[in-house]
Amino acid sequence: MKAFIYITPKPGILDPQGDAVGRALSTLGFVGVQDVRMGKLVEMRLPEESLEKAEGQVRKMCEDVLTNPVIETYRYRLEPEDDAS
Amino acid sequence: MESKVSTGGRVGVVVFPGSNCDKDCVYVGQRLGASVSLIWHKETTLPDLDLLILPGGFSYGDFLRAGAIARFSPIMQAIVRFAASGGYVLGICNGFQILVEVGLLPGALMPNTSLQFICKTLFIRAEAQTPFTSHFNLGTPIPMPIAHAQGNYYTDDATLSRLRKNRQIVFRYCTKEGALESSANPNGSTDFIAGICNKDRNVLGMMPHPERVSEALLGGEEGIKLFSSVLSHTGHVGTHGGR
Repeated sequence: MKAFIYITPKPGILDPQGDAVGRALSTLGFVGVQDVRMGKLVEMRLPEESLEKAEGQVRKMCEDVLTNPVIETYRYRLEPEDDAS
Repeated sequence: MESKVSTGGRVGVVVFPGSNCDKDCVYVGQRLGASVSLIWHKETTLPDLDLLILPGGFSYGDFLRAGAIARFSPIMQAIVRFAASGGYVLGICNGFQILVEVGLLPGALMPNTSLQFICKTLFIRAEAQTPFTSHFNLGTPIPMPIAHAQGNYYTDDATLSRLRKNRQIVFRYCTKEGALESSANPNGSTDFIAGICNKDRNVLGMMPHPERVSEALLGGEEGIKLFSSVLSHTGHVGTHGGR
């Protein structure tokens, strides 16, 4: 199972990095770009074959390690893999 | 140096891969007559200590988030127990980041609003009576260096009012004259916060580096008051003499 975990600053949390990128975009002529938020993408391969188990694993990882719940929020996408071997 | 020492006191300084200023902390402890041990982060128990210091640096390269990986070092469980039993814990810079990640202090330290690493001496003022601040005059500006990229303290409004109510905001950034003006806030910290303590006042985290201004030759001695405060509180150091 492949997991794609997207970590972003919580809504309302100041994101200086996103703001700087947003300003750069408008300087470059990308008019009307708003609310640029910068985050992280974590990709991984999980041994679990059941979607449900993999989901439980990913949530636990996010809550225990991958995010700081004070300032960050996460979404994820799971992709079953064909047997790679 | 004529620090009057009764029994010396015992200070521990934790070393993570990527710690820095750990040796500076050792030096300051020894200046105050304490016996100081360096504690490798893989240890699972702590010796008997009066003060445990989590030094600055970039533990684990600040990967994921500053302090996020160090939090899972074997020694951290012993530190959490030590703090819970009333032991004095001081986290400086990266040490502060680790303390919030492990949950001994509330809030989070986000990237500086300038997005830059800032290394300069500025001013803070002690705002609350704690075992760490008894040798400071509250409200008087203290020159102290900062050196961080992620020192922008954030917490939600409910926690902030709790911190205020319990007088847990220990240090705030200020101008040379002691004023809270936005120009004095180097990193965008909520409410000018430079350091906070827990409710029981035995765990202090701060972004500025007191150990870097604890020797006149290195630019100042104001910082040593923090260490002498807590060691005298534990009954080990008499007055700090200076030269």
